[in-house]
Amino acid sequence: MAEKVLMKGNEAIAEAAIQAGCRHYFGYPITPQTELAAYMAKRMPKIGGVFLQAESEIAAINMVYGVAGTGKRVMTSSSSPGISLKQEGISYIAGADLPALIINVQRGGPGLGGIQPSQSDYFQATKGGGHGDYHLIVLAPASVQEMADLTVKGFDLSEKYRVPAMLLADGTMGQMMEPVELSEVTPEPHDKSWAVTGTMGKRKHNIINSLYLNPEKLEQKNYERYERYAQIEKNECMWEEFLMEDAQFCVVAFGIAARVSKNAVIAARKEGIKVGMIRPITLWPFPEKVLAKAAETCKAFLSVELSMGQMIEDVKLSIDCKRPVRLCNRTGGMIPSPDQVLDSIRQMAKEVE
Amino acid sequence: MTNQILIAGFGGQGVLFAGKYLAYKGLMENKQISWLPSYGPEMRGGTANCSVIISDDSIGSPIVSSPDILIAMNLPSYDKYEGAVVPGGKVFVDSTLIGRKAVREDISTFYIPATQMAADAGIPTLANMIILGKMMKETQAVSFEDLQSAMKKVVSAKRAELLDINIKALETGYNFAD
Repeated sequence: MAEKVLMKGNEAIAEAAIQAGCRHYFGYPITPQTELAAYMAKRMPKIGGVFLQAESEIAAINMVYGVAGTGKRVMTSSSSPGISLKQEGISYIAGADLPALIINVQRGGPGLGGIQPSQSDYFQATKGGGHGDYHLIVLAPASVQEMADLTVKGFDLSEKYRVPAMLLADGTMGQMMEPVELSEVTPEPHDKSWAVTGTMGKRKHNIINSLYLNPEKLEQKNYERYERYAQIEKNECMWEEFLMEDAQFCVVAFGIAARVSKNAVIAARKEGIKVGMIRPITLWPFPEKVLAKAAETCKAFLSVELSMGQMIEDVKLSIDCKRPVRLCNRTGGMIPSPDQVLDSIRQMAKEVE
Repeated sequence: MTNQILIAGFGGQGVLFAGKYLAYKGLMENKQISWLPSYGPEMRGGTANCSVIISDDSIGSPIVSSPDILIAMNLPSYDKYEGAVVPGGKVFVDSTLIGRKAVREDISTFYIPATQMAADAGIPTLANMIILGKMMKETQAVSFEDLQSAMKKVVSAKRAELLDINIKALETGYNFAD
C-alpha cells in the first residue's frame, strides 16, 4: 500500500483525479476550493495533462462539455456561486448523456454569501440545479480519504452510466488535512463507442447534442435516461450505519455534519439514549430504503445539516412521514457543535414516545 | 487518549506550520490525526488559528471548540480562547507579546517569552516552534523522540537549512525552565 500522507481535502481530490487518469481540468479560482485548482496547475503540465484557468466558470464548464464528448476523463471544480454559474453547462452535459466530474466545495449562500463551510447547495445538487429532466450522481465525502476515494468512484460511475457526477463537499472538508492513502487506479473499461474522436473515414460519425426539436424524440431520450437512473438507484446507493443495531432514534447527516454528529451520538449513548446514525454517502440516489427500514424500529429522526433544512425533505419522503423528523442546523457558514446536536438528541428522546 | 489542541495567533507567526508539524509528528506515531485551519478574512492580516486533534481512536468532528491544550501567541487569541479551555487543560502563552496573566484557576498556564527567546537565539521567526517545544514537554500529545522525520515532511527539501533551526527551536522551548 502507498504511504499515508497528510493532505488537504482539496489536494486529495486533485491527486486522486490524476491517479484515476484525469488529464483535463478546467476551472476558475474561488475560496474555499482554490487549492484544488492550484494543485492541478502545478501537476498537470508535468504529466502531459491540461490545466486551463478559463475566463469564467461558464467557459470552464463548456470546456468540460467539449472534452467529455471525446470520452476523456475531465473535471472542473468550484464553490457554490461558481457552481450556480455552471448550471447551464451541467444541464447540457446531462442532456448529451456525457460523463464528467464536477466538484462543489460548498460555502454559505445565497448570492455571493460567505466563504465559510455550508451544505446549502443540497437542493441544487440533488434536485437538478439546471433546467430539464435530469439528475446528477451526487457523492458526499466525510473525510479526506473519502474525498479521494469518491473522486475515483465519481469518474467510474459517471462513465458507467453516462451521467455527470458531482462531489458535494464543503469548506471544512476542502481545507482540513487528514492522513490519506493514494494509489494509482486502473479505470474500469467502459464503452466509449459514442465518443467523437475522428472517424478516419472508417465509421459513421457520432453526434454529441442536447437539442431535440421533435418532442417525441426528446421524450424518448428522457425515458431512456430515466431507465439508467433507475439502474443507478438500484445498484449504486451508498451509506454508512453507525450504532443502528438497537437504535430507537436515528440521526441522519452527511459530510461534516456527520462528523460532528458522531461525537454527539457517542455522548448520547453514554447517557443511555439508544441513538444511531445513518450517513448517506450518495445523496442522489438517496438511501431511502435504509431509512424506511429504520423507521420500522426508530421512534424519531433528526436531520443534522449546515443549511436551513434541505435533506430533511428527503428524510421525510423516505419514511413516508411515518415518524417525527426534526431538524438540528446552523446556516450561513456556521457549523453545529456536538453539544448542539446532543441537546437536540436529548430533546427528541424526551419528547417523542 | 485524545488531545484537542488549538493553536492561535497572528497570521505570519507560523501557527498553521506548528500545527502541521504536530499533526505529522502524531501521524508518525501511528495516531489518528486531523488538522483544520481557519481560512478567510482573518488569515489576511488578522488572527489565524488551527485545530489539531491527535487521538488513539477515530476522530469525529475535526473542529476544536473546547481544547485541552491551547497555544496562544497573541492577546486577542488568548482573550478569545482562554475561556474555552476544558477544566484541567493546559495553556501555553507567548509572554513576550501577552502581558496579562491567566484569569482561569482551574487550568495550568505556562508563560514562555517565546518571541524574545527566538530573537535572542537568532531565529526570530521561530517563536512558534519554541512554544511548541514547551508544549511537547508538558503534555503527552506526542513524544519528543525523532524530531527529524516529521520535520522533513513539513520543511521543503529545497530549504534543508531550515530543518536544523526548527529542531533547535523545539529544543530551546523543551529545555526552557519557567
